[in-house]
Amino acid sequence: MATETVAHVRDATETPEGKLNAAIAAAAETAQTAETAQRQLVIINWSGQYDKVMPTLIMSSVAAASGYRASVFLTFWGLLPFVKDEKRITGENWMQKMLTLMQRPGIGHLKLSQMNFAGLGPWMIGKLSKQHNVASPRELLEACQLMGVEFMPCQMTMDMFGLKREDMIEGVGDPVGAATVLELMTEEHTAALFI
Amino acid sequence: MTTQAIHSTVDTKGLACPMPIVKTAQHVKTVPSGALVEILSTDPGSVKDFAAWTRSTGNSLVEQSTDGGVYRFVIQRA
Repeated sequence: MATETVAHVRDATETPEGKLNAAIAAAAETAQTAETAQRQLVIINWSGQYDKVMPTLIMSSVAAASGYRASVFLTFWGLLPFVKDEKRITGENWMQKMLTLMQRPGIGHLKLSQMNFAGLGPWMIGKLSKQHNVASPRELLEACQLMGVEFMPCQMTMDMFGLKREDMIEGVGDPVGAATVLELMTEEHTAALFI
Repeated sequence: MTTQAIHSTVDTKGLACPMPIVKTAQHVKTVPSGALVEILSTDPGSVKDFAAWTRSTGNSLVEQSTDGGVYRFVIQRA
């Protein structure tokens, strides 16, 4: 009985209707793949703090790993983690210099949004992360870059903070404005987050 | 279940989210279409995550088992 059914199915694919159905099924599959390829995640990374940069990097790396287009707009404090780690003071005038003097830039110098306690909080989180094999922000950033996450710095913040392209880590794209991000955020099959 | 040989293994034992998915995605990109990739993980969240990941990417989850806290997945590249 089972053999008969299999034989029948095989016959069906050889008839014109069967071939047509197979072609339709193949086309539907292709369409589905195309639709999957269009899905995207857009994150506005506004914060420069450890506990907020982490979800940005985790969500965008997984999105890229899942075949989504992933874009991260870096604005305001959210730009500073993407400044080269070795940069200590950036900017031209004393006010711009004060910004990075007060919030040290670089992915290796993130502070917590709460319970920072002059560095005790981040030290504890770092220790707990190691114990539980949680990837560091730097490792996650490298994964993002390897998977093709697009990092777009905010032109307005770059100007205001006095940041230059050469201050930013490699792989950060051209500075853009709000209209570029808005267009991405309102595309079909898009999830947009403000973190 | 499958007679096809495993092409390669991604050992993510001990790693926390999102690294099992990230490492798997990076590896699967390098194998030929139709190849079977075995993934080992100790992250309980990976059971739901690999099901979601295969649905998102169009790759197939062909086998899944647990042995003493190690989750094993076999994925076939689309």
